[in-house]
Amino acid sequence: MISIYTVSYKNLLRKKTRSLLTVVGIGLSAWVLASLLGFNQGYESALNKDIDNMGFQVLLTAKGCPYEAATLMLKGGTGLRYMKESIVDQVLSNEEVEKITPMLMHAVFDPNKGESGGITAYLGVDPATFPAMKSFLEFKQGKWFSEPEAMEAVLGYEAAELEQREVGDTLLIPNINAEVKVIGILKRTGTQDDGTIFLPIRTVQRLFEKTGDLTGIGIKVDKNANIAQFEEKLYQLPDVQVVSLAQVKQTILNLVSTAKVMVASIAIVAILIATVGVINTVLMSVFERFQEIGILKSIGAMPLDVFKLIWIETLVLCFLGGGFGIVLALALSQTTGILIRRLLPYAPTGSLITLNAEIVITTLLTVVLIGLVSGIYPAWRAARVRPLEAIRSEVA
Amino acid sequence: METNSALIVAQELTKTYTRGSETVHAIRDISLDIPAGSYTAFIGPSGSGKTTLINILGCLDNPSSGSLFIEGRKILGGDRPLGEREMTRIRRERYGYIFQKFYLIPTLTVEENVLLPCTFYRKADSEDRLNELLTFLGLEKRRHHLPGQLSGGEMQRVAIARALINRPQILLADEPTGNLDSARSEEIGRLLKELNRKQAITLILVTHNLELARTADRIVELRDGRIRLS
Repeated sequence: MISIYTVSYKNLLRKKTRSLLTVVGIGLSAWVLASLLGFNQGYESALNKDIDNMGFQVLLTAKGCPYEAATLMLKGGTGLRYMKESIVDQVLSNEEVEKITPMLMHAVFDPNKGESGGITAYLGVDPATFPAMKSFLEFKQGKWFSEPEAMEAVLGYEAAELEQREVGDTLLIPNINAEVKVIGILKRTGTQDDGTIFLPIRTVQRLFEKTGDLTGIGIKVDKNANIAQFEEKLYQLPDVQVVSLAQVKQTILNLVSTAKVMVASIAIVAILIATVGVINTVLMSVFERFQEIGILKSIGAMPLDVFKLIWIETLVLCFLGGGFGIVLALALSQTTGILIRRLLPYAPTGSLITLNAEIVITTLLTVVLIGLVSGIYPAWRAARVRPLEAIRSEVA
Repeated sequence: METNSALIVAQELTKTYTRGSETVHAIRDISLDIPAGSYTAFIGPSGSGKTTLINILGCLDNPSSGSLFIEGRKILGGDRPLGEREMTRIRRERYGYIFQKFYLIPTLTVEENVLLPCTFYRKADSEDRLNELLTFLGLEKRRHHLPGQLSGGEMQRVAIARALINRPQILLADEPTGNLDSARSEEIGRLLKELNRKQAITLILVTHNLELARTADRIVELRDGRIRLS
């Protein structure tokens, strides 16, 4: 037995090219919408992952520009201003502190790096506290430093590839002509740690004559502590600046909000164009079938039957378009992520677009809702066709 | 009101239209009876009012005055014009329609086109009725074909099957051979006659084709909106 769904679906096959173009139009807007929703979710989760992988929630740096400090921190370093090591004990005296790790970053110009030289940065970390703070770091080869002042280096995955070093090799530090032995290479983490060269903090202080200086202190706060109150306490310390990762996250999210607004605007315009396209396609189809719709009514179709018939056609178009758009979004999410990354002031590592079942369902429901709304007018017009008018136009 | 035993009774049907400041009488005071199982052909020149009359007899339009009775029940011509829904309800329960241009849906197969009215209103035995009609109309081998693969005569036979699927009491055929050559016209004429005789369907035909009209039991000629009995 034939159903109203079969009639609607087969009607769309009458003008295949027009139906196909409409489906493609809806698909493109569904793609933009799914990518936007995926970006909203993906960007924040990638940023959260980057922040979680730091292992601490608060960073203490020497006083300076907070944005510079935040940016440097997310780029894998600490502010290149110095503060005194004695602050570590002062911070530790707070009961809110669960773990603490001091860091000293030093950058050296390497004339042999790249075509015209480049900066190589060394991050001095405390062998006693840093590995505990970043317990998720795993070694591809080797291990952490053997003693606090060892002339040893641990390389991030990409740093090892760039320097072409393996465990047991030596690494020359330019300018000061000091050699350190590579004793560990980390597995890939997908974070800025991959490009970092780690040395014991005492070694960095000695080699670069920065004894007693630090560029940052990473602080892991007790889970029951009030972070805001703790930050207030830290601000009482002289010449330091407190960078909370919650603030950093908010600052970055504010920075990318402009990009989000742009993408959202494009999505809205795309959806509007698709809606008008759907109305136009279905309305044209109604006008072309004016007599046929009249005949349907003469053979027993009620106005509601005709309304349903046309409405289902719109829904089928939107459902197919939505499905196509979702496939497109899934297939092109990596490429879309790369394109968006180029437009952003800061992009975290990892995938910028995350598409999950919730986003797929939301996109499909939105597109189907558009179909329901845009189908109302053509369906209403069709339902109003009078059989007599159709027959009169036939015999005219 | 006395309406005798005819299936359809028209009493003083008048239909007027307003064209600018002018009032046009499409039909005037037409009264006639159509007995159950009869075959009536309406002929007349263009503008004689036959299409207007068949539209009212077929419950597609309301008269300006006068009444239409079916099986003694007043259908049209009450205190108010009958609405679209009520007319559709009457049409789908009692009428089948055949049109000059067939109006088959090109993307549906023969079988699907015939069953199309059942999408909106179905009588219980529609599958059996489909097989019966396709056999009667010689379309069994064409049931899975699309209209584009059929000849004009075959398309009109599909349209006839579609009109008959819900077992109507009355079959209205409006210029059913207007798009066919003489051989196909004869074939459709024979078929309509056979339907009227074998299935006792009340047949109302509008045509310019006198050959076809002569297959009817009664010919009603219309001129200037009035009946001229032959």
